[in-house]
Amino acid sequence: MRIGVDVGGTNTDAVLMDGNKVIAATKSPTTQDVSSGIINAITTILTQSNVGPGAIEVVMIGTTHFTNAFVEGKRLLNVGVLRLSLPSASGIPPMSDWPERLKNAVGNHVYEVGGGYQFDGRENAPLDEAAIAAAARSMRANGIKSAAVCGIFSPINGAQEERAAEILQQEIPDLYVTLSHKIGRISLIERENAAIMNASLSEMSVHVVQSFRDALLSLKITAPFYISQNDGTLMSAEHVERYPVLTFASGPTNSMRGAAYLSGAKNAIVADIGGTTTDIGVLANGFPRESSVTVDIGEVRTNFRMPDIFAIGLGGGSLVQGEGANLTVGPESVGFRLSEKALVFGGDTLTTSDIAVAAGQVTMGDPSKVAHLSKDHVQKALDVIHDKLTQAIDRMKSSANEVPLILVGGGVVLISRDIPGTSEVIIPENAAVANAIGAAIAQVGGEVDRVFSYEALGRTQALEQAKKQASENAVSAGADPDTIEIVDVEEYPLQYVPGGAVRLRVRAVGDLKLSKSIR
Amino acid sequence: MKFTLQDTVDVARGAAFLGTGGGGDPYSGRLFADQMIREHGAPDIVDPMTLPDDANCFVFAMMGAPTVLVEKLMSGKESDLVIDKMQELTGKKADYIIPAEIGGLNSMLPLAVAARRGLPLIDADGMGRAFPEIQMVTFNVYGVPICPVVIGNDHLETVVVNARNPKSAEDISRSVAIQMGLSVMMSAYPMTGKQVRETAVPYTLSLALGIGRAIREGRHKGDPVDAMLQYLKTTEYYKNCAVLFDGKVVDLLRETTRGFSIGRCIFEALDGSGRRMEVQFQNEHLVARDETGVKTIVPDLIAMVDRETGEPITTEGLKYGQRLKVVGVSAAPTMRTPEALACFGPQAFGLKDPFTPIEKLIA
Repeated sequence: MRIGVDVGGTNTDAVLMDGNKVIAATKSPTTQDVSSGIINAITTILTQSNVGPGAIEVVMIGTTHFTNAFVEGKRLLNVGVLRLSLPSASGIPPMSDWPERLKNAVGNHVYEVGGGYQFDGRENAPLDEAAIAAAARSMRANGIKSAAVCGIFSPINGAQEERAAEILQQEIPDLYVTLSHKIGRISLIERENAAIMNASLSEMSVHVVQSFRDALLSLKITAPFYISQNDGTLMSAEHVERYPVLTFASGPTNSMRGAAYLSGAKNAIVADIGGTTTDIGVLANGFPRESSVTVDIGEVRTNFRMPDIFAIGLGGGSLVQGEGANLTVGPESVGFRLSEKALVFGGDTLTTSDIAVAAGQVTMGDPSKVAHLSKDHVQKALDVIHDKLTQAIDRMKSSANEVPLILVGGGVVLISRDIPGTSEVIIPENAAVANAIGAAIAQVGGEVDRVFSYEALGRTQALEQAKKQASENAVSAGADPDTIEIVDVEEYPLQYVPGGAVRLRVRAVGDLKLSKSIR
Repeated sequence: MKFTLQDTVDVARGAAFLGTGGGGDPYSGRLFADQMIREHGAPDIVDPMTLPDDANCFVFAMMGAPTVLVEKLMSGKESDLVIDKMQELTGKKADYIIPAEIGGLNSMLPLAVAARRGLPLIDADGMGRAFPEIQMVTFNVYGVPICPVVIGNDHLETVVVNARNPKSAEDISRSVAIQMGLSVMMSAYPMTGKQVRETAVPYTLSLALGIGRAIREGRHKGDPVDAMLQYLKTTEYYKNCAVLFDGKVVDLLRETTRGFSIGRCIFEALDGSGRRMEVQFQNEHLVARDETGVKTIVPDLIAMVDRETGEPITTEGLKYGQRLKVVGVSAAPTMRTPEALACFGPQAFGLKDPFTPIEKLIA
């Protein structure tokens, strides 16, 4: 049996699955310390189902914790940004395009030193080791605990970044170091941004993973646990400690994969209504449609492959303000304080959840606390809620044809009417915990990313080799060989390089091998 | 006129559209331009028709592979070097900067250099879009000599090319660019204000600004692609425009030969009709065809935009399954003359189809 957990900004959801059957599910508030929320949720499902901790084979955790922490700019480490680039690239210093707020949150400690490679692997400039040592001393003087290292063309050759890390750690032995070539692809600014984001979360990631570990330990669950990453595949706890940035888009991916699984729909619009926002995405053949443009996170540009998500400020905790024609819903939200702030819970703030209770769409808290709301006021608020969702869905639709709309997330209770432009509104069983189910069915991936010579091998054979290697990598990461699929092939011909050199990036995924497959 | 930082975002988006699939993502160029504007102030943007006859106008552009430039970026010193060297060779001081290519990244670099040097920037260029080679400009078509070509790189190395003809200047410059790191800055076609008036495609910076602004404002009103078409229809030269196809990428064939990204992209309609469109490209989109034949052909413009946001997509950014709109737009009249077509018409790219204006193809 497997457990899927989703730690969101507002709620922590958990599901217990046996093969492809959901045995138990729960939703409980996310706690400040993260771990007690997880303990509460897992305890509930184990009690509900009368299953002992020994029967759990694996735990999968999805979390938007790191994304939220970065976007909010809270508790981020100051980052020493080391760019291996001179004499090139100085016209666009690191973080040029960051919003001031986040730039301040990570400090503005930027060091540009000699280094980098050319497009064909030649050195751009020798690594300026003395300048790196000087940068390290300056970082130490500024009390910096985490560094991001990004060199020109490091995805082609990571050696200079590795050497720079050695020098930094000689000067500051316990420095966290993020190397850009480990997480990003070609395009210096976006890769550097991802490295800085990751570095700013280095300490938090260790704490959060430890709190996951502690939570499972206190529940006597000794099964391995994994954390889901952007593409819906799993990574080990150790990997997440070092690369928290790879979880950034896992929330929407999990909820969409969960929605597809629960509804059986392959092509649909999915709206995941949470506490603060509604994330709208498109399912194409059971997988989230990917964004065709670069994705900004907290207004910082990245080039991760991510689901194409349109987020609006509408959720179960959204504030309802004003009256009549001036009535507004969101984007401000009480967030995870719903259970203290909302009227029905004895608070003083009118939220969308209060409206849903007043309209009789759901029972929670004390309905008498919203009995004073006029019928007009409630209807007007419902109009605004439905209009917001309708407009957002229309924006994401890829054709005029009506497609099904799958509603998931804790906020589905806000919706009580048909949505124009959709063929039907599906609220599957366990819709409230689709995220956790998406985490529970997450797969294992394997990747190959290296340069092949088409002249020596021919394209067909090179592709074959790369696919085989990616599949083997997935299997060694724990995938069931019978379920392996090649999900992505990217070819980057290296321009002007003789010999038909092509950089191939191939990704294979398969189900995690367990005693009972989910298929 | 001066550009604000909001304007540079709009110009960059409009320039990506005018890049017609090539020319590189203007993003890094915009960050460079913004940085230079912050450090030195925004340059004056001047009407080409008001230039003094004897003004010294220096063309500025980058040459090489945009995929390399997104790693190497720019320092600014290499740009100074190129301008200085051109001043030394011509014995004239630069009075104005003029872009060679408004499409893509090369819209932004002249803006950055003009800011850095405190020089005014001319609202015109030599392509009205993006083209892959430096002889494919109206400056050349209408008789401005290409040489000397000055090339400079981040290591502050320069090469001056004096070639027997424009095509040879292109070939030599490109070989040099490869050895110099494949991301170099260049100046060529040193010319007078009178020559600019006689040869350039006028008001293309304003065009890029108008397109970018229409897309941005259209996002708030609902349909950015339509908003952009509405804007184009208010212009004198670009009013013949249409969404040629609305569909998703179902096949993508691409190879890199001689430094060009050559291939074609097949779209299938989203309405379930099974209709298809094929767009053939060599860095830039060359021709768009459906079952009934050619719908738009070079030098008229073919651009692909995200069907929801109107964001222009480059051929490098194409991925299977993307939902895009293919948009066709008429080129300026100066780019459709027989001399111009001989330089950058369909036959210059090895196409067999003759040039037919978009207004005849979509009527």
